[in-house]
Amino acid sequence: MQMGVDILSWLLLTCGGLFVLVGGIGALRMPDLYTRMHAASVTDGIAPILIVGGLILQAGITLASIKLAAILIFLLLTGPAASNALASAAVLSGHRPGNASEMSAEEEA
Amino acid sequence: MEYLGLYNYWIAVVLLMTGFYAVVAKRNMVKKLIGLSLFQAAVFLMYITMGKVDGGTAPIYTAAGGEQIFSNPLPQVLILTAIVVGISTTALGLAIVVRTKEEYGTIEEDEIQQIDEHTSGGQQ
Amino acid sequence: MSAVFGIFLLTLMLITAIAVVRTRNLFVATTLMGIFSLLLASNFFLLDAADVALTEAAVGAGISTVLFLSALSLTAEQEKPGHRGRLVALAVVLVTTLALLHATLDSPLLGDINAPVHQHVAPWYIDNTPLAIDVPNVVTAVLASFRGFDTLGEVFVVFTAGIGVMFLLAHYPQKPPHQPHHGLRHYLIQRLVGRTVIPFILLFGFYVQFHGDFGPGGGFQAGTLIAAGIILFALLEGPNSAIKVIPSGVLKGMVAGGALLYGGVGVATMLLGGTFLDYSVLSSDPVAGQHLGILLIELGVGITVTGVLLSIFFAFASRKHF
Repeated sequence: MQMGVDILSWLLLTCGGLFVLVGGIGALRMPDLYTRMHAASVTDGIAPILIVGGLILQAGITLASIKLAAILIFLLLTGPAASNALASAAVLSGHRPGNASEMSAEEEA
Repeated sequence: MEYLGLYNYWIAVVLLMTGFYAVVAKRNMVKKLIGLSLFQAAVFLMYITMGKVDGGTAPIYTAAGGEQIFSNPLPQVLILTAIVVGISTTALGLAIVVRTKEEYGTIEEDEIQQIDEHTSGGQQ
Repeated sequence: MSAVFGIFLLTLMLITAIAVVRTRNLFVATTLMGIFSLLLASNFFLLDAADVALTEAAVGAGISTVLFLSALSLTAEQEKPGHRGRLVALAVVLVTTLALLHATLDSPLLGDINAPVHQHVAPWYIDNTPLAIDVPNVVTAVLASFRGFDTLGEVFVVFTAGIGVMFLLAHYPQKPPHQPHHGLRHYLIQRLVGRTVIPFILLFGFYVQFHGDFGPGGGFQAGTLIAAGIILFALLEGPNSAIKVIPSGVLKGMVAGGALLYGGVGVATMLLGGTFLDYSVLSSDPVAGQHLGILLIELGVGITVTGVLLSIFFAFASRKHF
């Protein structure tokens, strides 16, 4: 039983780590600001659920699990709101989706 | 292989010199303040590294009694104070930078010097 | 295994620091400094410094980023490229780095229990904290009671920074009182999430304030967290609404009141017969007196830090943009 819980938690943690890696690679390789934000928001969405889920399984039924669950709820609330704010700021400052060459030239500056 | 135990100090030294380079060689005043923050962070890293004890935990007595090995609490107390003092200095420095921008119109050090020489040369 | 993790985090910190120095866009440098502070806080946690990690995360990654961004919105965004004199500085820095790296070869290795730093004063503090103060967090006991003078000085440094910024920035030129666009008034998602989250941030700030005896926490971290919550409110609703929530008179009272409370506890202990900041005389039982003293001074620290950080933020935020 303990072995099963351990294996499950390690599986969740590894999958969460893989999703963070995917988000990071996407944030680097995507051509446009909006596609990069979409890729990076993976680390705001699925990755905390998997990682904190794995940690909760490791912690068992203790006070630490409740604190971890609270952290998860906080991350899930604020992460997408921050991405939304970033995208709104980009729209307000004139970035239009799809201008790939304009974006990369501006970001080199 | 034992030199790996010194890696913290090496990183602290390189961070120290990176921050110092930013303070000395950059012309922009905000960049100098950022370099000062890097410098302070390197000093914090060096102190907290000195306080770590092998097999120790954070210096908080837990309910489980017995012989507990704690990491040294004294560097942590020093660095707590130092972090707060660092942010106070940074805030005051940023206020001075904002006022400098309003008075001189620039925050590049060499342009400020030129404006100063220009006005003091005109007054003499 | 945690040694490998520590080495990984330290290398990331180095790469981030070099990127901070090399980039010319100051907003990018500020964001990278936020990442650097979080990596540094993780490293502190690996080195068993839980209090310091909490403070570094709250102050370095939170408040420092906000202050830099407010200052950058009032000044320039780009740095002009550097020129002459850089090679000399680089040479001096390289020579000094090599000299310092040679000097670190004499340091004790990481975690060595026979290092001189662990021999003299530290075991006395660790052993005497349960006897004299009976507070589980040794760092809080040393900070608030054994080394209370240093913390008094620190509160006064924070106070001085606050009034310094208020002298420099809290006057002309101000923004006109009528603004067409208050904060993020038209952004429903941020305002909704903010309103949901701000009470919990403030609650967590109070929890950290009073829990500093039993775990990582204390006045500084709590003051920073509460200030961060109110700064979030000011970002969402505009500085004018935030000034109505905490009027500037109350802010000034908080800035001075916390330091006054701390000094007042010291004077009260002198009046009760002890020396300055000797909390044992505050109650009939010395240990209970210590608890009461630590509670009061941490409260003073928290009040001052909150007031100062909010005053600095409002001073920057209500400055007229050029």
